[in-house]
Amino acid sequence: MESIIQGKAYVLGKNIDTDQIIPAEHLVYSLSNPEEVKMYGKYALSGVPPEQAGLPEGNVPFVPEGSYASPYSIIIAGPNFGCGSSREHAPFSLKVAGAKAIIAESYARIFYRNCVDGGFVIPYEASQPLNKLILTGDELSIDMKNNTVTNLTQNVTYQLRPLGSVVDIVQAGGIFEYARNNDLMAKSEA
Amino acid sequence: MAQTITQKIFARAANRKFVDVGESVWLNVDVLLTHDVCGPPTFDIFKQEFGPDAKVWNPDKVVVLPDHYIFTANEHAHRNIDLLRQFAAEQELPNYYDVGTDRYRGVCHVALAEEGFNLPGTVLFGTDSHTCTSGAFGMFGTGIGNTDAAFILGTGKLWEKVPESMKFTFEGKMPEYLTAKDLILQILGDIGTDGATYRAMEFDGEAVYSLPMDERMTLCNMAIEAGGMNGIIAVDAVTEAFVKARTSKPYEIFHSDPDASYHSMYRYNVEQMEPVVAMPHSPDNRATVRSVAGTEITKSYIGSCTGGKLTDFMLAAKILKGRKVAVTTNIVPATVLVASQLETEMYEGQTLRRIFEEAGCNIALPSCAACLGGPADTVGRSVDNDLVVSTTNRNFPGRMGSKHAGVYLASPLTAAASAVTGKLTDPRDFL
Repeated sequence: MESIIQGKAYVLGKNIDTDQIIPAEHLVYSLSNPEEVKMYGKYALSGVPPEQAGLPEGNVPFVPEGSYASPYSIIIAGPNFGCGSSREHAPFSLKVAGAKAIIAESYARIFYRNCVDGGFVIPYEASQPLNKLILTGDELSIDMKNNTVTNLTQNVTYQLRPLGSVVDIVQAGGIFEYARNNDLMAKSEA
Repeated sequence: MAQTITQKIFARAANRKFVDVGESVWLNVDVLLTHDVCGPPTFDIFKQEFGPDAKVWNPDKVVVLPDHYIFTANEHAHRNIDLLRQFAAEQELPNYYDVGTDRYRGVCHVALAEEGFNLPGTVLFGTDSHTCTSGAFGMFGTGIGNTDAAFILGTGKLWEKVPESMKFTFEGKMPEYLTAKDLILQILGDIGTDGATYRAMEFDGEAVYSLPMDERMTLCNMAIEAGGMNGIIAVDAVTEAFVKARTSKPYEIFHSDPDASYHSMYRYNVEQMEPVVAMPHSPDNRATVRSVAGTEITKSYIGSCTGGKLTDFMLAAKILKGRKVAVTTNIVPATVLVASQLETEMYEGQTLRRIFEEAGCNIALPSCAACLGGPADTVGRSVDNDLVVSTTNRNFPGRMGSKHAGVYLASPLTAAASAVTGKLTDPRDFL
């Protein structure tokens, strides 16, 4: 897997719940039909109230009107990212829109698991409120080997928390790959 | 070594005597629950990973309860039901509750209890964050995504980190104006929407054990609103009577050891508590109803897995009997059984249904409906700048439909009292 993730930052506040990431009315689309999958890119983060979308200025849509992909590939957020509904459609939609990684102060459990086990986007934890320091549109570079993120626009580097015990699943690309590698896919005693 | 009830259930499911907080263990799953929104993508992943002809690990342990987008003209929503039906037929799943037949039940978390799937000591995973509701039965229940659910479908197992526990003890005798919803909204205001992330929330105390199962389910239902992995209440005679009336399956009862260690302990005296709401736009944005009384609302909504059970409607009927609502008020029974109980259960000589009809409420068909907004034609969906008082569990921006609407989470008593005046109203004004 690549060890550097580079891209533009999209900055959000705290408690971004999965209804804001992908509003419930869009959950009717297939996650496997390629034409319908595009809709998840189109509506990614469309539930965020406009004034809180793309901080610090706000009113910056994650996916431009009429588009199916986002120009931003690294999401920066405050605490409790992905709280609320368990919908895996949420990390899926971020991936479809083109996000590669999230750096939040903390995550809700189900969203975090979905990111890791589904291999959608890499959920890094910041050790300080980076959403107050990084601006939407800043060019960032995440060094996965050293657990750092460098803001190339502002020329400053921050430490990220190591991925910890889930690093093996992240590196495998998801729970199925991990389980196959480790001989864990046998059925349990039913 | 002393363990909490959640640790003991983990140990049982991992074939161990003891599990330590923080370690990741593989659990054998007793029941996997899914519904119409997350079932189809789960089945897709299952086929992709285990092969087109793969069989689920144990058909008896898979429960499929469509409930989210049922009464809508949305074609994609209909297709999702077709996909459930097709998979259930292919896999010969005995526990599929098809839409449009007399097997249809309604909201999954309530139907699981009604159908006897909630068994003390067992492990339930579900593709819905409110799967924690079932913790009211002294069991472990938690929400997962489609990928994890597909993994369980093929293997019957899943890894999970043993959670630390937080203990919430409610002492005293429940006053008639207070409900389980007030208790959990109080906790949410105290610890915040990430106050229990990755932890178990254990509810205890004489006030909790005085509650019927419906109310205990409301408490556990909203553990996820604090980020909790699970909510849990140990089994007592009330639990056992409920379970035994619905199933003859065996179960195992666990209790926390007296010297088990906790992340933190909170104590409340219910006699000193008062009705509260969570104001827009977060379930932890607590205020006493008295302090915001008089705030104009445009709709009242009584429904969902947390607020659409028989007890919720019995409480609402106490206030709505002989009164008229001043704003659009939607009564959405969680399940077909609850809907039928509205016709048979009486309050002061009238059926609940009659009380609600005479008050001018709109009584909808059982499903998740507008709790999560849903397709554009969903009954009760918020529009424009609606201000809704609702017995549901979430009020993040846009949750009930319109991004510009605001939702006040409240008890059925508060939702009913506010429906009558058209303003946020403390139920004590009517009781």
